[in-house]
Formats: sequence, C-alpha cells, structure tokens
Amino acid sequence: MRDVAIVSFAQARSRRRDLEHNEVEILMPVVREAMEHSGIEKKDLGFVCSGSSDYLAGQSFAFVMGLDSVGAWPPMCESHVEMDGAWALYEAWVKIQTGQADSALVYGFGKSSMGDLPEVLALQLDPYVATPLWPDAVSLAALQARLCLEQGVLTEREMAEVAARDRRHALANANAQVKGEFDVEKLLAEPTWISPLRRHDCAPISDGAAAVVLAAGDLARGACERPAWIAGIDHRVEPQDLGVRDLTRSVSTELAGRNAGVGRGRVEVAELYGPFTHQEILLERALGLGDDVRVNPSGGALAANPVMAAGLIRLGEAARCIHEGSAGRAVAHATSGPCLQQNLVCVLEGR
Amino acid sequence: MAERCAVIGIGQTKHDVKRTDVSMVGLVREAAERALADAELDWKDIDAVVLGKAPDMFEGVMMPELFLADALGGAGKPMLRVHTAGSVGGSTGIVAASLVQAGIHQRVLTVAFEKQSESNAMWALTIRMPFSVAVVAGAGGYFAPLIRAYIRRSGAPEDTGIRVALKDRRNALKNPYAHLQFPDISFEKIAESPMLWDPIRYLETCPSSDGACAMVLAGEKAAAGAPGPPAWVHATEMRSEPTAFAGRDQVNPRAGRDCAAALYRKAGISDPRRELDMAEVYVPFSWFEPMWMENLGFAPEGQGWKMVYEGATALDGDMPINPSGGVLSSNPIGASGLLRFAEAAMQVRGQAGEHQVEGARKALGHAYGGGSQYFSMWIVGSDRP
Repeated sequence: MRDVAIVSFAQARSRRRDLEHNEVEILMPVVREAMEHSGIEKKDLGFVCSGSSDYLAGQSFAFVMGLDSVGAWPPMCESHVEMDGAWALYEAWVKIQTGQADSALVYGFGKSSMGDLPEVLALQLDPYVATPLWPDAVSLAALQARLCLEQGVLTEREMAEVAARDRRHALANANAQVKGEFDVEKLLAEPTWISPLRRHDCAPISDGAAAVVLAAGDLARGACERPAWIAGIDHRVEPQDLGVRDLTRSVSTELAGRNAGVGRGRVEVAELYGPFTHQEILLERALGLGDDVRVNPSGGALAANPVMAAGLIRLGEAARCIHEGSAGRAVAHATSGPCLQQNLVCVLEGR
Repeated sequence: MAERCAVIGIGQTKHDVKRTDVSMVGLVREAAERALADAELDWKDIDAVVLGKAPDMFEGVMMPELFLADALGGAGKPMLRVHTAGSVGGSTGIVAASLVQAGIHQRVLTVAFEKQSESNAMWALTIRMPFSVAVVAGAGGYFAPLIRAYIRRSGAPEDTGIRVALKDRRNALKNPYAHLQFPDISFEKIAESPMLWDPIRYLETCPSSDGACAMVLAGEKAAAGAPGPPAWVHATEMRSEPTAFAGRDQVNPRAGRDCAAALYRKAGISDPRRELDMAEVYVPFSWFEPMWMENLGFAPEGQGWKMVYEGATALDGDMPINPSGGVLSSNPIGASGLLRFAEAAMQVRGQAGEHQVEGARKALGHAYGGGSQYFSMWIVGSDRP
C-alpha cells in the first residue's frame, strides 16, 4: 500500500438555512481554501472525487454544478459517488493506490434545508414495502433508541450526556451550528419530541460543504508539515431491513473498525458521525473506544450536520488534530442509511 | 498499475420498455446472478460490490444501493455507489476495476441498472431550478442543436443518421438481450418515422428501457482460476469538464478527446483505428456515431460520417461499432455505459454469439454523459497486458 495522507481540509460554516448561496457558491471558497492550503496546483491534481445527493437538491444531476466550483478546465479525471463525501475520499484513496494518481481533491456538499430532511430520507427505504408507510428518519432512529433503552443497552441520561458533551466541545468550533453549555438534568427535564428522543438527541439540519486534499508520499510531506497519514480505511454495509439487523449495536462499524486497524494502537481522538445521541454511544462501543479518548472535539454531527459532507468533515476534523499536533493517532467515522446501515472507519496517524 | 484486472463474468438482463415481471431487486439480481454463473462463483466469493445508476429520480428512490445492498450480497461487505450522469455505467466499471488494480480486493461485483418504467425520465430531467436554464425538452432537445452544428461543420449528408440507425437496428436483431427488435427495419421506415427533435427522427433515437448489467472483475490470481477466457483490462480513463462556458466545443468536446488520448497512451496504442478490433460506443442518437468517431480519433475531424458511408462501422467493416445494437436498441440509462464496457469484454472473450466480431482481440468500451461533458472509457483485450 502507498502512504497517503490528508494534507489539507476546509469547510463552510454550517447554517440552518443558507438562503443567500446555492451549492456552488457554498462550495467554491471551500475548494479554493483546501487547494491553497495544500499548495498543490489544480493542473497537477491527479484526481477529483465528490459526494452529494440529487434528492437533497431536488434536482437530477445536482453534482454536475460541483464541477463549476473546481473550474474543471482543462478537463479533469473526475468521479462522483451518490454518497457522503467520506466515500468519495475512499474512492480517491483507491485511485491513488492504483498508482494512477498521486494527489486528489475530494469534496462533499448539500443543502438539507431545501426540503424536509427526515421525510426526504424516507425515500432511502425499500420503495415497495417500507417507503409507502413513510417512516421518517427521526422516527426510525427513535425506534432504535427505544430498543436500546428497553434492552438496557444505554440510558436516557447517557444520551443527554453525549448531547451536552458534544455541544460544549462545539463552543470552540467556529463552523458549528448548535453549541453551548447544557445541564444534563435540565435536558432530561425536557419533553420528548419523537419518543424516546428529545430535541437534544437529534442532529440539527444544516447546509454546508467540505473539501479535503489527499497526497501520496513525498508530495504529502511537501504539502503539509504534519500530514495525517491514512493508516487504515474500510467501510461496510448491512442489510437495510430493520427486522434482520441487531439495532442495539453497529456490526458494520465493528467490522470496518477491525479492518481499519483501530485497535492496533492507542486512539487519542475520535470523530464519529452519530446523527443521534444513542447512535454515538453505539459507535463508541463498536469501535471499542475507552474513556481516555477525546470523542468529537469538533462537536460532531450533533453540532452541525450538513448531510453528504458531515462524514467527510469527521475525516477532516480528525486530520486537523494530527495537523495541529493535538493528536498522534485519530479515528474518523462516517455513516449513511437508516439506523447506521453503512459505516466507514479511517485511522489517521502523525508520523 | 499495481495489479492486473480481468473480467471473468458478464451478465445482463433482457432489456424492455417495462419489466413489470421484476422489481428493482429482481432486475439487478437477474444480471448479477448471470455474471456469477458465467464466472462459476457464488455470492460468498465476492469481496465488494460497486453499484452504478443515473439520477435517483429515474426510479424515485434516494440512494437505492442502500435498499439493494442485501439483494446484491452486500451484507458485511464494502459497497460503493457511483453516479457520473450518463457515463455512470462506464465509471462504475472503472471504480470496480480500481479496487482490483489497487490490490484491495480479488473479486469485485459491479452492477449498473435503470428501471425507467418506475418513473418518467423526461420529468426527472426537466425540473426547473431557480436562476438556472431549464432544458424542458429531455435529452433529445439538448443534443439536437449539437447535431445540427455537426452537420453544418462537416457537411455530412443528411441521411448519415439514418444509415447509422439502420446498421444498429439490424445488429440488434443478432442480440437476444436487445430491447428494440424490428425484424422488418428498412432505410425507408427510419426516414419516414416522425421527426422528434430535428434532425433526430423517432427511429434514430434510443428507447427508455428497464435493464441491468453486471460483471465480475478479478485480480490475476482469481482470473487464473476462472472457467472462461478472461478479458484483461488494458487501460481505463475518465475526464469531465463543466457544462457551459464561453468557447466550449460541445460538438467535439475536449474532455472526450483528452480521455481517449490518455487511454491510448496507457494502453500503448498509437493508431486506434488500426489497433482496436471493435468498439462499443455510447450513441443515444444515431448522429453521435460519426461525431464520436472523430472525438475518439478513429477519423479526422469532419470525416466521421465517411466511416458510416463506407460501411467501416458495420459488423463486417474494419472498425465495427456497436455490434450489440448499442444504446439505440437498449437504453437502461445507468446501465448503458456498463453494457458498452461489458459488450467490449464479451467480444474479446469470443462470447458475443451472433454479433461476434470475428477474431476480436482488443476492444474499446465508451460512455458519455451530462451535456457531452463526462467521459469514461476502457480498453480490454484477450491478451494479458
């Protein structure tokens, strides 16, 4: 395997509803910033890969406009996944591994505010037997949380503690959307929203974008003082049908974490994409993270959740900890699909 | 390239206007099971799955790979979903090949599909967004002016498109999977068919199809144990350019020319028309055959139509194009690119049946999409590169 690192990361400030900018306008300064920080010139980029969803934009081929933010001229070797940008990063990492590219620009973007996100996500379900019942994404997560509570896997207090922790961390993150000091007792005194979930258990709805530059070997060393080397990366999917899955754990995260080598060393920082508090707890356990791990120093998805970019942001935030020297080994995670159906885990190291 | 990659299994569905006998699940499984059977493999032998399809609004399911994961044997495996507009089928094959070439997996299942009857492609392509130009005419309305520009530039005879359509529709009669089969097709019938988007006539355009295509791609070790002859991947390449800017040549786009040039360089090809034995090229409207002949460097600029006139692109010509009947005969959009890639592989494996090009050893698969701005191509050969 070639040594490949995240050498640069930029993101837009997450906003509940960005009425002034379309996706390209949100993306453009982000791509420019990531490229400038890397010092790699556009003409020297080996590959470009992006992640986005037509159903967020409400338009077919919504990703085509992303090309305008890159200024893909002369024509570029470019691809796109209809997935979170984290999987675009995986595709780019694979491309570099083939030796066909030495560097790549990766970006993810989306404006969830354009529609009713929980209902839009209901369209991810089996169109013949599940979608006609129109179970929205929050209700499905609530079913999972209920199962976890009833089986004694976790408690409402633990969930509230996750919310308070992440949003306290977010105070230091200028790009986060929901932040502050919250008292766990007060949170627990709040009424449930979609039982057993309270408002604080759910990620906000966000518009945003993120971009990352990957580079191999000496190119990475030249582009970044302390590159965040990808020591391991893997992703796994589970069947979607909730009835055939063990919803009280994340089997695909466990598997991806093992394959990525999470347990091969001490983890200092973990950036986890848990759109709901109980899911973040399941993820911590699936990855075997101990109490000494700093989880979501950025605030995580509970502080800002620009769907299709939020997973890539976890990778970028974990890389930032390596770049800045606040961690020597970090784990980043991304998820997709109802109730943590698909998960990606990446181990980053400073060397 | 770290590891060599070969196609060891190919499957496709019968393509039709409405496959009401199967759900989306049944459709993708029909193709995938045939590819596995061709490779004499079982689901458990597959390391990863790569799915491709065009816009999700064509079926009305957001990221359908999620609900299809189980049916495609994805449980516990890595699964990727590619979407690069009309070129997606080709890009999907390229992403799957890269997983093998990177040395990450030995056997990758790649599947592309479209079940157009679930929705309405014309609607899905014409949603009007604020502050942007709405096409409101489907793909034909977008591409007809480009064809007009080509005719003006090249001075091609007006019946060039009819000749292409006649050839492809006759070829389709030799392909049992092809959607459109017109046993009594003739020059006159095409010429007399209604004009849809001048100069594109009804019988010069592709259908809306339900269909899927699947391939098993393997590393060298796995290919050695394959029952049939492998089709070795000699080179893959992709290029994209933005939709619109002043001076952009949409008739002979630079992304396509650059993509082909880089592809030939990787495959060690200096004279593509001479060195390639055939090509499956993405031709959704008949006129795109001569246009792509030039873009691919098979003919000098302005002279692609002469290849059509001379019969060079016929099944018995010196550069057979689309012996399968091509996109003009079957167009499950998301799968159309992968079908081109798969048909090229079938040719060099000698398994194309009635539409086999005799002695084909090196072939090109081509796909394009968006406003002629996304290109993906591969070259496969019967010899190990």
